Amino acid sequence: MALVGRAMLILGLGICAYGIIASLYGAAQGGPRWVDSGRRAVYALAAVMTLAFVILEAAFLRSDLTFNVVAGHSSTTTPTFYKATAAWSSQEGSLLLWVWLLSLWSSLVLFLTRRRAREIAPYATAVLLGFATFFTSLTVFFANPFATTANPPSEGAGLNPLLRHASMMFHPPMLYSGYTLLTVPFAFAIGALITGRLGAEWIQLTRRFALAAWLFLGIGILLGARWSYTELGWGGYWAWDPVENAALMPWLACTAFIHSIMIQEKRGMLKVWNASLILASGTLAVLGTFLVRSGILDSIHAFGASTLGVPFVILIAAMVLGSVGLIVWRRAELRSDSQLDSLLSREAVFLFQNLVLVAMVFVIFWITFFPLISEALTGTKVSVGPPAFRPFIVPLALVLVLLSGVGPLIAWRRVTAANLRRNFTLPVASALVTLVVLLLVGGVSERPFALIMFCLGTFVVVSVGQEFWRGVRARRATTHDAVPRAFVQLVRRNRRRYGGYIAHAGLAVLLIGVAASSSFQHSHDVILRPGQHASVDGYTIRYVRPVASATAEKISFGAVLDVSKGGRHVQTLTTTRGFYPAQDPTLGVVGRFFNGEEESQVGLRAGLTKDIWTVISPDLTPIQPLVNQGDQVFLKAMQAAASLPPAQARAQITNLFTARDAAIGALAERWVKHPWPSEFLLIISPLVTWIWLGAMIIAIGGVIALWPPRAFPRRRAARVAGTTGPPAPAEVPELAKV
Amino acid sequence: MEFVIVLAVLSAVVVVVSAPLRRADEQPVNAADELHDLEAAREAKYREIRDADLDHRTGKLSDEDFEAIDRSLRTEAIEILHALDSAEGTQAG
Repeated sequence: MALVGRAMLILGLGICAYGIIASLYGAAQGGPRWVDSGRRAVYALAAVMTLAFVILEAAFLRSDLTFNVVAGHSSTTTPTFYKATAAWSSQEGSLLLWVWLLSLWSSLVLFLTRRRAREIAPYATAVLLGFATFFTSLTVFFANPFATTANPPSEGAGLNPLLRHASMMFHPPMLYSGYTLLTVPFAFAIGALITGRLGAEWIQLTRRFALAAWLFLGIGILLGARWSYTELGWGGYWAWDPVENAALMPWLACTAFIHSIMIQEKRGMLKVWNASLILASGTLAVLGTFLVRSGILDSIHAFGASTLGVPFVILIAAMVLGSVGLIVWRRAELRSDSQLDSLLSREAVFLFQNLVLVAMVFVIFWITFFPLISEALTGTKVSVGPPAFRPFIVPLALVLVLLSGVGPLIAWRRVTAANLRRNFTLPVASALVTLVVLLLVGGVSERPFALIMFCLGTFVVVSVGQEFWRGVRARRATTHDAVPRAFVQLVRRNRRRYGGYIAHAGLAVLLIGVAASSSFQHSHDVILRPGQHASVDGYTIRYVRPVASATAEKISFGAVLDVSKGGRHVQTLTTTRGFYPAQDPTLGVVGRFFNGEEESQVGLRAGLTKDIWTVISPDLTPIQPLVNQGDQVFLKAMQAAASLPPAQARAQITNLFTARDAAIGALAERWVKHPWPSEFLLIISPLVTWIWLGAMIIAIGGVIALWPPRAFPRRRAARVAGTTGPPAPAEVPELAKV
Repeated sequence: MEFVIVLAVLSAVVVVVSAPLRRADEQPVNAADELHDLEAAREAKYREIRDADLDHRTGKLSDEDFEAIDRSLRTEAIEILHALDSAEGTQAG
């Protein structure tokens, strides 16, 4: 079936080329037949890419090692769960995933808008198919997922051990869904700029796609952070790694966009800003894929290194130049319809929030690319780490949290001093009470940024709670519903508003977790023998006994730890370090196991207030002489087997593999029976769970805001009175009475 | 077998993609787009009226400010409705 898969890619490329030509020709002619044909080309692309992806998945699931990509990233012994996900651990498979998801989202938006935006849609179709052309070309000419070999290996290399984690099953599809969804508003923005139809329609049509991109990217980022926390063995969830930053930048830009388009919808303002933001978001999404796939910057995600840099640079340059050119060309039509009524209004808060988010993107972009910039200017690649980000990002994050609490409290257009007093009293008082309590508790004042974040977080959560309470009360005043029903109806009828408020509360919870866990973490790096213990933040952690396991795929050394506090048992934790054999046979039959990939299983007790996080780093020095000795013995035996007749040689090699497994098993047994001291990293972190909870709250808010609202009734019967007020008379008479 | 599958998919793609080209009708699109733009503006304005009302009821807008804003929004909505009426008339004509 590899031939069919390859044919689908080539056919896909042909469909893209036809679709672009048909759409642009249809747009130029002003007739819908070619435009419809171009739109159907996108549907056809989705169908052939689905078939191609199914063929690749089937090859992985049945371990068809004639596919190079399967042999390189899976094996017959890889668990089925991971076989299914191994497709996107490879360069080739991930590019196919990108174009497949792009074709699906493109089909969805073009189907939903098939009777709308008839002028913009052909250009948007051409842009979407342009992206599809680029990524399909990469799979056809540079990274073919359907390349096969006539002499398949007897066993595949297996999935990168670091990727054998539940989060990694969904992390890439989530990120790629976010990236590809961002191309939808990007394409419609280009269409709007080309046609000059810069009214409310293109925003109305694509707003939900921008929100979905924001949601998927956010979930992808969260899953990546969770994977980092539980799998990489360094004790953190965010390392400001270039690949992490690559996902965060478009997410921040998209966050700014989904706020600022409300100002354009309501006031006809910020048209240049919104067009620039979504064009930047789309470009950053492609930049994100480029960073993951090019290997241009050093990253813990080293599995992404490749030679696709030049085509990506050309695409990104075309996107930037094209975007800037279009905005400059349409600058007259992009003038605002109105101006800010007051600096004390929700639109002003949104504007400040946008500036903060864009500043964050700029800081992250500059520091992430600083090694490349320094290399270009000085010839020396300067490496920068998390400390370079903190002085900028921490204050900006504080301002962002403050604004996310202020926004819900003030009205659109203008406010009065009396209203400000009324709305801010409780949230500000709550923040001050938090400040006093934390100062009395002690220890917190030494971390001023964390202290401010706790106070601002309280301010936001109370603001949002107050808004919900007042909304429910206003609704009950007119409907006399019970509180739960009034609450549900309030959210149902104002999904964007209250979904957004929930996301704001989630952000506050998340950042409180970040502030607490990064400021008040207790970390201890110790070397322990079985029976010995160490103390961290009042907890006693005792190395109870060693554990080990050995298979043909992996040898792991670990430890059982007992955690107690004040003499009371708290938890028993097990942490292991797994060693996977390298593919290079020159590293020795036994030595290969200690020169390949490694992964950590963290011993973790997660709690609402504290996480107890432990990881072992076994010292391999004591077994190195045994490993070297084993390599020599096996080398001689292999050489002897090579001189035998083929049938005997095969039997001898089989015996040697059995002996190799026994040798590996003996090393594991030695770890258990004659354990030597091992290094442990022991961490007590407060409120880490709040990060995951906050992210889930943000996601719930995002889903509520994304959920389609009830459409306004048809024009003549529409009611335009307030959400919570009584139904107004029919639309025109109601408006005419003004 | 593989060749047959590829040929079948290719044929299906050609049939689906070329279907609109076998159609006779051609309609101008500009008037419909203007109508859709105005409908989007109307939806946004209605939402703004509702938002202002909710802001008033939850204590974020004073009575005076609400009355002024509501009046202004409804005036803007009427302008959009008039534009919609004339766009609909143009399209029907």
